Amino acid sequence: MSKKPTRSSLFDPALLRDAVAGAFVKLAPASLARNPVMLTVEVASVTATFFTLRDALAGKPFAVGLQIALWLWFTVLFGNFAEAVAEGRGKAQADSLRKTKTMTLAKKVSSIEATSFKTIPAAELHMGDLIVAEAGDIIPGDGDVVQGIATVDESSITGESAPVIRESGGDRSAVTGGTQIISDRIVVEIRANPGESFLDRMIGLVEGAKRQKTPNEIALTILLVGLTLIFLIVCVTLQGFAIYSGAPIPLLYLIALLITLIPTTIGGLLSAIGIAGMDRLVTFNVIAKSGRAVEAAGDIDTLLLDKTGTITLGNRMASAFIPVCGAEEKELAEAALLSSLADDTPEGKSIVRLAEEKYGLSAAEGRTSDMRFVAFSAHTRVSGVDTDSLSIRKGAPDSILVLCGKGGNAEIARAVESVAKTGGTPLLVARDKNILGVVHLKDIIKTGIHERFMTLRRMGIRTVMITGDNPITAAAIAAEAGVDDFLAEASPEKKLELIRHEQAAGKLVAMCGDGSNDAPALAQADVGVAMNTGTMAAREAGNMIDLDSDPTKLIEVVMIGKQLLMSRGALTTFSIANDIAKYFAIIPALFMGVFPAMKVLNVMGLTSPESAILSAIIFNALVLIGLVPLALRGVKYSPAPASVVLRRNLLVYGGGGIVVPFVGIKAIDVVVSGLMGG
Amino acid sequence: MTGNAVLQFFFFAVVTMALALPCAGYLTRVFSKEPSAVERGIGRILGAGFWTQQNWGAYAFSVLFFNALGGAVLFWILTHQRHLPWNPQNLGNLSPAFAFNVAVAFVTNTDWQSYGGEATLSYFSQRIGLTVQNYLSAATGIAVAFAVVRGFVRKENAALGNFYADVVRVTLYVLLPLALVFSLFLVGQGVPQNMSPYVQASPLGGGQQVIAQGPVASQVAIKVLGSNGGGFFGVNGAHPYENPTPLSNFAQMVSLLFLPIALVLAFGRMVGDRRQGWSLFASMTILFLILLAMCVYGEQAAHPALAGLNVNQTISDINLGGNMEGKEARFGIFNSALWTVAATATSNGAVNSMLDSYMPLGGLVPLFSLLVGEVIYGGVGCGLYGILVYVLITVFIAGLMVGRTPEYLGKKIEAQEIKLAVIAMLLYPVCVLGFGVISLLTPEGANSITAYGPHGLTQTIYAYASAAANNGSAFAGFNGNTTFQNVMLGIVMLIGRFGMIVPVLAIAGSLAVKKITPASGGTFPTHGGMFVVLLTGIIVVFGGLTYFPALALGPVAEHLALFAR
Repeated sequence: MSKKPTRSSLFDPALLRDAVAGAFVKLAPASLARNPVMLTVEVASVTATFFTLRDALAGKPFAVGLQIALWLWFTVLFGNFAEAVAEGRGKAQADSLRKTKTMTLAKKVSSIEATSFKTIPAAELHMGDLIVAEAGDIIPGDGDVVQGIATVDESSITGESAPVIRESGGDRSAVTGGTQIISDRIVVEIRANPGESFLDRMIGLVEGAKRQKTPNEIALTILLVGLTLIFLIVCVTLQGFAIYSGAPIPLLYLIALLITLIPTTIGGLLSAIGIAGMDRLVTFNVIAKSGRAVEAAGDIDTLLLDKTGTITLGNRMASAFIPVCGAEEKELAEAALLSSLADDTPEGKSIVRLAEEKYGLSAAEGRTSDMRFVAFSAHTRVSGVDTDSLSIRKGAPDSILVLCGKGGNAEIARAVESVAKTGGTPLLVARDKNILGVVHLKDIIKTGIHERFMTLRRMGIRTVMITGDNPITAAAIAAEAGVDDFLAEASPEKKLELIRHEQAAGKLVAMCGDGSNDAPALAQADVGVAMNTGTMAAREAGNMIDLDSDPTKLIEVVMIGKQLLMSRGALTTFSIANDIAKYFAIIPALFMGVFPAMKVLNVMGLTSPESAILSAIIFNALVLIGLVPLALRGVKYSPAPASVVLRRNLLVYGGGGIVVPFVGIKAIDVVVSGLMGG
Repeated sequence: MTGNAVLQFFFFAVVTMALALPCAGYLTRVFSKEPSAVERGIGRILGAGFWTQQNWGAYAFSVLFFNALGGAVLFWILTHQRHLPWNPQNLGNLSPAFAFNVAVAFVTNTDWQSYGGEATLSYFSQRIGLTVQNYLSAATGIAVAFAVVRGFVRKENAALGNFYADVVRVTLYVLLPLALVFSLFLVGQGVPQNMSPYVQASPLGGGQQVIAQGPVASQVAIKVLGSNGGGFFGVNGAHPYENPTPLSNFAQMVSLLFLPIALVLAFGRMVGDRRQGWSLFASMTILFLILLAMCVYGEQAAHPALAGLNVNQTISDINLGGNMEGKEARFGIFNSALWTVAATATSNGAVNSMLDSYMPLGGLVPLFSLLVGEVIYGGVGCGLYGILVYVLITVFIAGLMVGRTPEYLGKKIEAQEIKLAVIAMLLYPVCVLGFGVISLLTPEGANSITAYGPHGLTQTIYAYASAAANNGSAFAGFNGNTTFQNVMLGIVMLIGRFGMIVPVLAIAGSLAVKKITPASGGTFPTHGGMFVVLLTGIIVVFGGLTYFPALALGPVAEHLALFAR
C-alpha cells in the first residue's frame, strides 16, 4: 500500500553539491548558535583570520597563521557540511514520501436509498458523508452504520480474530476505518473530518525544518559545552603559566590548541547524527512525530504486541478434522471441502487446502455443475452447499446444533470443547442435518516471530502479547510464540491499566495499535506506533506511524533508537580520547624552547613546533569530515547485552580514539614538514 | 619497595579494612535507624525544624546557614582570643583576613594552616573554635553524603532528610565515639592533653627551648578521623607531640582511611546493592595503589644531583636511601609516602613529612590526588558525593554507548543532572587554574612563592588545589599567610566546598523525584570490572586532560630537567 521511499546513495553528487553550498550558508552565527561547540570554532576562526590579516598588513610572516585560520574555517565548514548532507538526504526522503498516498477508496452515496455510488479516495471524506460498504471492502473511515447489518473483521483493531456484527441502531453501530466487511452490505455515515494529512505533517519533520533537540541530545550538548568551557579555562590559564615560565604562546597557537582540544568531532556531527537517525526510520517506512520518541524507543523495557496480525497470521487456519457420531475422518474432510469451495475467506480456503493436503482430496474433482452455494451471513452464521442429492452446512457450533436439532449430544459437545481448550475455534460440519464432526481452526504463529522475540530478549526487552482471547487460548499461543507474558481478554481499559502498571514500576513501554480503542493506550505508552491502516484517532494518539502497518517493525525502531544514542556516545568517547595525542603533539612543541628536556614528551617525533600544531589542527578537521559517513550510517548495532556492546564500542572508539590520532598526526606531520621543507 | 615496605603495607591494608568493614555496616544502621531518646531530646530543644523532611533546596539552605553560623562564631573567637579564657601564653587576636582564612579553612573541612598553631592560637581557640568545627565540618560532609544517597534510594519523593537531624546523628553516633576512643589511645601513646602553659626547657646543647603544651590528643583524634588535617602544631603529624610513636603513626594512617572507605562501602549497603559500593571502592583502590607506587618510587629513587658524589642512596637495613629531605628519620620513606598518599587522597591534608621537599614525581602524586577532586576514597562524605559526580559522567557516556538513556541505580541521568555535574566539574579548574594563575602573575600572589621556575608554579598550583579540594596540606615553602593569599584561598575553599555541595544536593533532589527503573539486559551494569575500568579511566582522563598543561610546566618540567642532566 505504500511505496518504499528510494534511498539516495551516501554520496549522491547532486546532493553533495547542495550540501557544499549549505555548509557556507550555515556559517551564519544565528544558525550555528544551536551548536555551541561549533560556534566556538567559528569565533576562533574569525579571531585567527583577524590576527593573520593584522600580521600580513604589518608585513610580518603570516604563512603559518594563514594555514591555521584556513583549517579552522575548514573545521566549521566540515561540521556544517555533515549537517547539510543529512538534511539533504531527509529532503530526498520527504519528496518520495509525498508520492506515497493511502490507497483506500470510498464508495460515496448521495442517500441511504441510492443504488449508485461514486468512488472517491478515503481522505476526501467529510463528516456527514454517506458511504456504502460491501463484503470484502475496507471501511474507509470512522462512522456509524445507518442501514444494514454485516460481519466485520476488526482484528486489525481489537486483536480479536473472530468477526463481530455491526448493525444500524443500538450499541453496535460504530464501525472503524481500516476494518474489513466480511459479509453483507451496510451504509455508513462518516463521523470524522479528514485531519490535515498526517503525511504532510510528518514530511516537515523529516526535512529537519522543525527538528527539536532530543533529551539525550540536550544533555550531551550540555556536557560538550562543559568540556568546551573546561578547555577554554585550560587554554586561557595556560597562557598565564607560559608567561610565568618565560615562554608566552603566540595567540594563534593558543587558539589552535583550544580548537583541537574541544570536542569538535562530536560537536560537528551531533546534529547530523540526529537527522540521519530520523531519516533511517523513514527508510523503514516509519515516521516519527518527534526525535524524542525515537530516543525513547531505544530505552524500551516492555513491548506490547497485539496477537492478531503481529504474532499470528491475521486469520485462523484449519488444522484438523475431528469426526463425531461414527463418521469417517475422510468423510468429514470431504464434506468440509465441498462446503468451502465457494468460501473465499482465509478460513474457508484453509479448509480446502487441509482437505487436499491431508486426505488427497481435490477441490476441482469435487466441484459439480449442480452445486448451489449458500453464502455465510451474519443472520444465520452458517454457510454451505446444496446439490441435487445432498445438503452440507458448516458454521458456528450453536447454529449448526440448532439447525440439526442435536442440542444435547454429549460427544459433539466434548469435541467442540476439546478444540476450544487448546485455543482453537471449532466449526461444525453437517451433511443432510447429520453432524459429521468438528473443524479445528487454529491461530498460526508467523514464521520467524519466535526468533524475533529471542532477539528482543537479548536486547533486554520483555514482550507481552495482547489478545482478546480467553486465558487458555492466550497461554497456548504465548507459549508457542515465545513471548514473555500475555494479557488475555484484553479490553481497552485493561490495556491502559497494564501500561500504567508497567510505567509505575519505572519501565518504558512501547505498543503498537491501530484502532480507536487503542488511542488511549497509544497515548499513554512511551512509544506508541500507530498503523497507517489504523483509525485517525490511533494515528493522532501514537507518536510514530508505520506506513507498512507491520507491528514487528518496532524491533527495527528500537534498534534505530539505540543506534542513535550509540553513535553519539561513540563519537563523544572518540573525541575525548583524541585529546591525549593532541596534548602530546602540541605541549612539547610549545615549550621545548624553554624546557629542552621536554623533547622526551614529543613521542611522535614531530618535526617542528609549527608542523606539530598544524598537523594537530589538520588532523582535527580531517577526522571530522572522515567520520561523516559513520555519523550518517550510525554505529553498528547487533542485539547483545549492554556489557558486551559497551566493551566493543569502548575498544573501537575509546581505544581507537587514543591510537588513531598518534598515527594520523604523525602522518600529517611527515607530509606538512615535507611541504614546508620543500 | 622493599620486602619490609610490602609487609608493612599488607599489615596496614588488613587493619584498615578490618575497621572499615564493620564500620560500613554500622554507618548503614546509623543512616536508617529510628531516632533514639537522645535525638528526640535534642529534637525537642531544637523544635519542629528538626523533624521536617527537607527537599534539596531546604537541605542546602540549612547546610549553608549552619556553616555560616559556625564560621561567624569561629571568626569572632579568633579575632577576640586575647580577651577569652584558656590563653596562658597571652596570644594576640588574629587580623580579620587571617581569621577569615582560618575560619573558612575549618568550616570547609580544609584545615589549611596559614598559621603555626602553637604560636598563634590560644587553647580556647583550638578547643572551642577549631575542634568543634572539626566535628561539625566532618558531620556536614557525612550528612550531605547521606542526603545524596537518599536521592538515589527514594522513589518519586523530593525529601532528602533533615540536615540538622543528620548532623546530630552523625556527631553523636559516629564521630564522638570514634574520636573519644582514639583520643584515649593517643594519650596512651604520649600525646599531651592539658591546659598548661608552655614549658621552658634547657636542652643539653645550651640556650632555652620553649616546649608547647595543650589539649592535643582530643584535636588530633578528630583531625585524622574527620578528614580535617589541621594540626595542633604547625608541623602537624611530624611533631613528636602529635605523633609520638611508630604505633601512633600507624594508627593515624589507618584512621585517615578507614572512615572514608567505610562510607563508600556503606553506600552500596544503603542503596541495597553492596556491589555498587565495592565497585567504587575498587576504582579508588586501583588509583590509590598506582599513586602510592609512584610516590614511593619517586622518593626512594636516587637523586640525580647526588649521583656523582660519594653518597650511598640505596636502601638497606641501616640506610633509608632515597630522598630523606623533609622527612622524619623515625618514619622513613615508605611511612612518609604512605601517609602523604593517604592524607591527600582523603582530603585530610595532615602531613608527617614536608611535601615541598619531595621529588617532582613524588610531589606530583599528592597534587594529582587533589586535582582529581579528592575522590580516591576522599574526605568523609565529600569523597562519596565527589566520586558520584564522576560516576554520573561515566554512566552518561557509557549509557550512550550502549544505546540507552543513561541510568545509575535505576535513576535516569538526564539534562538536569548533567548540567549540575558539569557545574561541579567546572569548579576545580576555575579555582585551581583560574585563581592559581592570578596568584602566580600578580606581585602580591607571586610574593608567596619561595622557589623560582617550575617549582614555584607547583607551589602555587598545589596551594590552590589544596584549598579547592578542601585538603589543607601545602608545599610549605609557599607562604600562605599574606592578606592576598588569606582572602584568595579563603574564597577558593568556600567555592570548593559549598560550590560542590549545592549542585550535588540539587542532583540528589532531581534524582529523588524520579522513578527507579528496574535493571534489564539492556542496562549497563554499574558493578563489575567493566564499570571499574571505565570509571577509573574517566577520572584519570578528565583529570589528566584538564591539568596536563599546568602539570607539564610544573612538576613534569621539573622532573624532566632534573633527570635530563
